[in-house]
Amino acid sequence: MTEQVIEKIETMDKKRAREKHEKEHPKSSVTLKIYRANRLAGERAHYDSIEVPVQRWTTVLDALLYAKEYKDASIGIRYSCRMASCGSCGMKINGIPRLACYTKVSELEGSTITVEPLANFPHIRDLVTDFSQFFAHHRDMQPYIQNEQADIKDMNKLSEFMQSPEDLDKFLQFSYCIKCGLCYSACPTVATDTKFPGPQALSQAYRYFIDNRDTAGKERTKIVDDRHGIWRCHFAGSCSSVCPKGVDPALGIQLLRGHLLGFSKNEKKNAELKERLKREGD
Amino acid sequence: MTMLRESQIMKIHYITGIAALFVVAVHIIMRLIMPYDMSLEYENVIANYHNIPYVILLESILVLIAIHGFNGLRVILLELRQSKAWEDGVTILTIAAMMGVIAYGTRTIIVVNGMGFE
Repeated sequence: MTEQVIEKIETMDKKRAREKHEKEHPKSSVTLKIYRANRLAGERAHYDSIEVPVQRWTTVLDALLYAKEYKDASIGIRYSCRMASCGSCGMKINGIPRLACYTKVSELEGSTITVEPLANFPHIRDLVTDFSQFFAHHRDMQPYIQNEQADIKDMNKLSEFMQSPEDLDKFLQFSYCIKCGLCYSACPTVATDTKFPGPQALSQAYRYFIDNRDTAGKERTKIVDDRHGIWRCHFAGSCSSVCPKGVDPALGIQLLRGHLLGFSKNEKKNAELKERLKREGD
Repeated sequence: MTMLRESQIMKIHYITGIAALFVVAVHIIMRLIMPYDMSLEYENVIANYHNIPYVILLESILVLIAIHGFNGLRVILLELRQSKAWEDGVTILTIAAMMGVIAYGTRTIIVVNGMGFE
C-alpha cells in the first residue's frame, strides 16, 4: 500500500517536472505520424513520420499544411476555414477525435503527434473520410422549422414568431453544431449500428422538437422512435466530451427520450391545449 | 413488423426492470425469515409453492424478468446486424423464447403447487 502511494507520488512529480520543462522549453519541432492509405489506388495503409517546425501557436492543421507544402504534397486532408467554424478538418489526433485547426501542438503531450482519419466514417484517402451517411442521417431529421401558419406564399399572413429568452435557451446550445462529425466518430453505438442516426442527428432532432416555432414535433419523434433510433444510445457521453463547440448532444438525446416517455413537461402541447380551450371558450 | 413503437417497448422495459428489482428484493428478504440454509431445504421450498401470495410473487418475478431480459437480449442483437430479415427474426425469436420461458416456468409453479393435479 505504502509502496503504491510512493510510486503514485513519484509519477506525479515526474509529470509535474515534465510539464514544467515543456513550459520553459517549448517544442521547436514535432514529428507528425500521419495515417496514409489510398485503397482505390491499391495503396496499403501505413504511417508516414514527418518532422515539422512548430511555434507556441502552431495548430495541428498548421503543422499538417506545412508538411503538405514542404515535405509531401500528396497528403490528403480536408480543411477550409481554419477557425473551427466549418467543421471540415475533423480527425483523430493522438487517438481522440478533434478539429485539427482547434488543437494546438503545445497542448498535446509528447513530441510525436499521431493523426488518423475519423473512425465510424467510410475512408476515402489519408485523412479524408466520406460524410454522405452522416449528412443523410442529419437530413432524415428534417432539420428546419416547419410551421403550417408560416405560409410564405401569402404575404398578408406573414408575421413574427415571438420567442422569449427562455424559449431560446432550450435549443440555443444545440444550434451551435457545425456538423464536424466528431461526436459521430466518438459514438460507440455508431461503431456497431450503421442505422443509428448518431448524436449529431438526434440532438438536432431535439433542437427542432423543442423550438416553439416548430409544429412538426410529432413527425420528428416518429422518425427517431425507431428500432435503430434514439433508444439505442448507451449514454456513453463521449459525444459531448469531444464536441469542439461545447454542445452536449448526450443531453439533447436524454431530454428527447424524456419527452418520448412522457416524463418531461411538454410545454408546446400545453400551449396548444390552452389555445384550443381559449378558442372553444370564445 | 412493428406492433408497438420502440418508446412503448422501452417504457415496458424500464417498468419491468424497476418492478423486478422490487419483487426480487422481496424474494431475497423472504430467505432471511429463517436461517438461510434452512430456507433452501426441500420441504421449505415446496412449502413456498403452496403459499398463494408467494406463488404470485414467483410468477411476477418470472414474467418481469423474462420480459425485461429478453427485450434486453433483443436490443443487443439488433445492434449486431442491420437488415430487415435479421431484425424481424431477432424480434420473433426473442418473443417466442420469452413466451416459452414464461410457459415452462408457470408450468413448474403449477405442478409444484399441485393446482388442479390433486
